[in-house]
Amino acid sequence: MANIIGAITTSHIPAIANAMANGLEQTPYWKPFFDAYPPVRDWLNEKKPDVIILFYNDHGLEFFIDKKPTFAIGVADEYHNSDEGWGIPTIPPVTGESELSWHIANSIVDEGFDMTICQEMRVDHGLTVPLNLMWPGHQYGHVKVIPVCINCEQYPMAQPWRTFELGRAIGRAVASYEEDINVVVFGTGGMSHQLDGERAGFINRAFDIDCLDKLVSDPEALTKYTNLDLVEQGGAQAVELNMHIAMRGTLLGKVTELHRNYHAPISNTGSGLMLLEHEMPK
Amino acid sequence: MASNYTDRQLQGTYLFDGQMAKKGYGLNKMCYSFNDQVARDEFNADPEAYCEKFKLTEAQKEAIRNRDVIGLLREGGSIYYLAKFTGLLKLNMQDIGGLQTGMSTDEFKAMLEKNGRGEV
Repeated sequence: MANIIGAITTSHIPAIANAMANGLEQTPYWKPFFDAYPPVRDWLNEKKPDVIILFYNDHGLEFFIDKKPTFAIGVADEYHNSDEGWGIPTIPPVTGESELSWHIANSIVDEGFDMTICQEMRVDHGLTVPLNLMWPGHQYGHVKVIPVCINCEQYPMAQPWRTFELGRAIGRAVASYEEDINVVVFGTGGMSHQLDGERAGFINRAFDIDCLDKLVSDPEALTKYTNLDLVEQGGAQAVELNMHIAMRGTLLGKVTELHRNYHAPISNTGSGLMLLEHEMPK
Repeated sequence: MASNYTDRQLQGTYLFDGQMAKKGYGLNKMCYSFNDQVARDEFNADPEAYCEKFKLTEAQKEAIRNRDVIGLLREGGSIYYLAKFTGLLKLNMQDIGGLQTGMSTDEFKAMLEKNGRGEV
């Protein structure tokens, strides 16, 4: 049986990639952020997961608003990054896992999640920054990644209760996969931030910390929020918390918090790093 | 067009809903094109002609000319696509934050630090 052994929340902002490319990790601005990552990297290197299921949002690389999927899943053997408008250097491809991807797609569509299923999908910083944070120097080629993309850009958006249920359906799909493989789930993005409008620069530290607490011990409480509640409490782009909520949904068994760091601001955001260990339900 | 997302007062926030997505379609499509260097070069060579190619409204063109981020949001721009326009201008998120809030970039960064420490 496939086994979800843990989950990680992490920021995915493009400025992190620039900091890493320019070797700024130990400068005063970045140090409190990057110094939190080695324990998580060590855990990944010890556990050696076969597959990462990665929840992220596309910021206008693969998807435009001509056709904007609410939920999309990649089923390819390989994914590529591309220029997102800033001329960032092209990075190595991301390895996919088509068999489990198709198994998840089959299972969750049968459960009522009408996914957009993608055999080609350019993946943006939302997916590549977390991988590079976990395996610096873009050394992530050995791990197979299943991208799950959630619309966080255009209303109407799936509500937190729904993204949590999506996670739960994916958790059940993994549990029903016969091959003995280890899976880790990433919830990326967030936490509180607002990029646009006169309210730009809004960060809510207390709200973020409360969300991290609830992700561990009371995730159902987060599903009571609407997206507009998240906007009010955490700023316009706090809807990216939906990726954290979906991640937590996949954890159907016992959850233990192993590591946490909260730091703000990084660029315009509150950044929450958390490592959760998971025991599959009997 | 009716919107279900304006029943709450979120001052200084522009929710990108169906109404805005329709209004800003050409503007956002132009900004999406900036993923390609060829498009960025074409815009830089003749901004007016490039705006015309995507049938921007006069109000949208004016906001592009003036680098008026709030104006672009009001005219249906989505921040994710506008970021590609402002990236082309070599402005980062803190520069844009300053432009929108009437602060210098350093003042905006200081506000972020303060907010990040929870001193709200």
